[in-house]
Amino acid sequence: MVFGIPGGTILPAYDPLLDSTKVRHILVRHEQGAGHAATGYAQATGKVGVCMATSGPGATNLVTPLADANMDSVPVVAITGQQSRPLIGTDAFQEADICGITMPITKHNVLVTDAAEIPRAIAEAFHIAATGRPGPVLVDIPKDVLQETTSFSWPPELRLPGYRPTTRPHGKQVREAAKLIVGARKPVLYVGGGVIKADASAELLRLAEDTGIPVVTTLMARGAFPDSHQQHLGMPGMHGTVAAVAAMQKSDLLIALGARFDDRVTGQLNSFAPDAQIIHADIDPAEISKNRRADVPIVGDCKEIITELIDAVRTERETAKKVDLTPWWDTLNSLRETFPLGYDWPDDGTLSPQYVIERIGALSPADTIYTAGVGQHQMWAAQFVKYEQPRTWINSGGLGTMGFAVPAAMGIKAGEPDRTVWAIDGDGCFQMTNQELATCAIENLPVKIAVINNGNLGMVRQWQTLFYGERYSNTDLGTHKHRIPDFKLLAEALGCVGLRAESREEVDEVIAKALEINDRPVVVDFVVGKDAQVWPMVAAGTGNSEIMAARGIRPLFDEDL
Amino acid sequence: MTRHTLSVLVEDKPGVLARVAGLFSRRGFNIESLAVGRTEYPDISRMTIVVSVDELPLEQVTKQLNKLINVIKIVELEPTASVQRQLVLIKVRADATVRSQVLETVQLFRAKVVDVSPEAVTIEATGTSEKLDALLRMLEPYGLREIVQSGMVAIGRGARSITATAVR
Repeated sequence: MVFGIPGGTILPAYDPLLDSTKVRHILVRHEQGAGHAATGYAQATGKVGVCMATSGPGATNLVTPLADANMDSVPVVAITGQQSRPLIGTDAFQEADICGITMPITKHNVLVTDAAEIPRAIAEAFHIAATGRPGPVLVDIPKDVLQETTSFSWPPELRLPGYRPTTRPHGKQVREAAKLIVGARKPVLYVGGGVIKADASAELLRLAEDTGIPVVTTLMARGAFPDSHQQHLGMPGMHGTVAAVAAMQKSDLLIALGARFDDRVTGQLNSFAPDAQIIHADIDPAEISKNRRADVPIVGDCKEIITELIDAVRTERETAKKVDLTPWWDTLNSLRETFPLGYDWPDDGTLSPQYVIERIGALSPADTIYTAGVGQHQMWAAQFVKYEQPRTWINSGGLGTMGFAVPAAMGIKAGEPDRTVWAIDGDGCFQMTNQELATCAIENLPVKIAVINNGNLGMVRQWQTLFYGERYSNTDLGTHKHRIPDFKLLAEALGCVGLRAESREEVDEVIAKALEINDRPVVVDFVVGKDAQVWPMVAAGTGNSEIMAARGIRPLFDEDL
Repeated sequence: MTRHTLSVLVEDKPGVLARVAGLFSRRGFNIESLAVGRTEYPDISRMTIVVSVDELPLEQVTKQLNKLINVIKIVELEPTASVQRQLVLIKVRADATVRSQVLETVQLFRAKVVDVSPEAVTIEATGTSEKLDALLRMLEPYGLREIVQSGMVAIGRGARSITATAVR
């Protein structure tokens, strides 16, 4: 499966694709769409996603999705055409130094200057993308190299003397970690996206149930641990649950598994989890102690680490004194009960965006895969859809790429054609990449798009409300005032079914209708109020203890729980 | 902040220098000196990088460097356990009235005169950056017309070879 657009320099690679029975190429409308589709495909299937573009603007249009995949550690291979060797460096037509441009935003990239090197370059690209900490790899191939003939043998020998990712954890470190886990009074399993990438959800469940330790799942790890599980406190971070944020703040031991202490999780770093010792398990040694010093670092694959931890904890418990976690759970349960996730209906009678998203989650099949753009709707989708399985929530976490949802949904549907795929999008995001709905319609990829249409760049507006004295500079998109564009008509123009809901009564009915349509993509324009806000919230630059459950309510600040 | 000397073995591939230099700059580290050259293996180059940085950030930059696919090995060379040298070419004003004093300084530092003209001499000197700084201080009163300085190169003391253990 390849997502791409041909052009001058990549033409020689496209010609044989016409005869290929093994490779399905999906002709997208914009290279950014190809990149995000490859990312969506990779995260849904666990396989490497592939995108292809021509030189110059084709390649530079891949920059955003490559940066996105790099931040979220997604295995993607990008193949780009390049100007012929004699023209490189002469500012030739459609020439761009894409290796230079993408150097800081790829795991690796390479310019192939000899046709005989193509097979090895491609094989190495897939190997590098998929192993260790996954990431995007770009292979740039000049047109005259693509046109040469060469002998071909497969598989080629990989020559990567500087690339040896560690997957087996160090036994001593695992035993050290087990000792801390068994002795901790307020432990928390801080689960990141690495657990999903390592396919370690089953092992995580065993470790959690064996130890009885509370679990939080980051934005990248939603679905790694079932939301319905008693031990799950929800998402930590800027818009996390009070219980999850408080658990980390008050913890005496954070067991970070495939997580990277991102600023959106830690808040102000020097006041984050002040009393906690840190066990940090990650496949990337550079993540360990990058932001927060680890007391026990463990480098390795999360699946292997957790498997060994389970045994080590069992062994350790035979001799150690048992610690009663009941007081810890009492504290957390009381927080959970006092400050559950929730929302108020807008006073002005408009439709609640949270309600829409909650209903989509409730009415869709259990194995539905959700993706989102970036902003308020993304946070609500992370909060109000309940995720029970890994790889059912795919979003742009690190880079925060608006416009991710539609092309990502396309890639997810291409990889998982039998499952329902919902893109929960905002009206701002949707207007960045909706052209790929034409691709979806033509290539028979019946995705479902919920446009949470509040007529504004909602998250920016929320910050303007809270921090800029309600001065709404350039956040009103006019999608409400002028109904431009009319998303229903736009959907139909793009070969999709267009639906709309503007009141609470219509919501379930429209979702049911959308779920019934499986021969075409569906776009639902959910016209919602513009004043709904994402809560809880830790304001940027403040410490996590100052989390606000709702505007003006600071549970951890006001009383000492 | 303390000064650290890193000996970095890299694959001899196009763009490696850009990758390494780019990594330092985008993570906010200042390279004091950089020297790139061949090793005893045809496909491996060595970069000797001097950075002023605290212990913790140094660990981070080393780890980030290690993540570059073309980087094979990184060793920090301690000043006491290694020989570190820089080369400097100095064009100093030296007419007949002061030439003998300049030449005396050259001798004192065991440097060499590699070019002479009626108004100036060009001096070649090697050593640690401290020694070269001292030499420059001594020559400064005569008038420094031009200084060309190489990056630091360094090699561990004793029989062990960094390259040999890396390729094994």
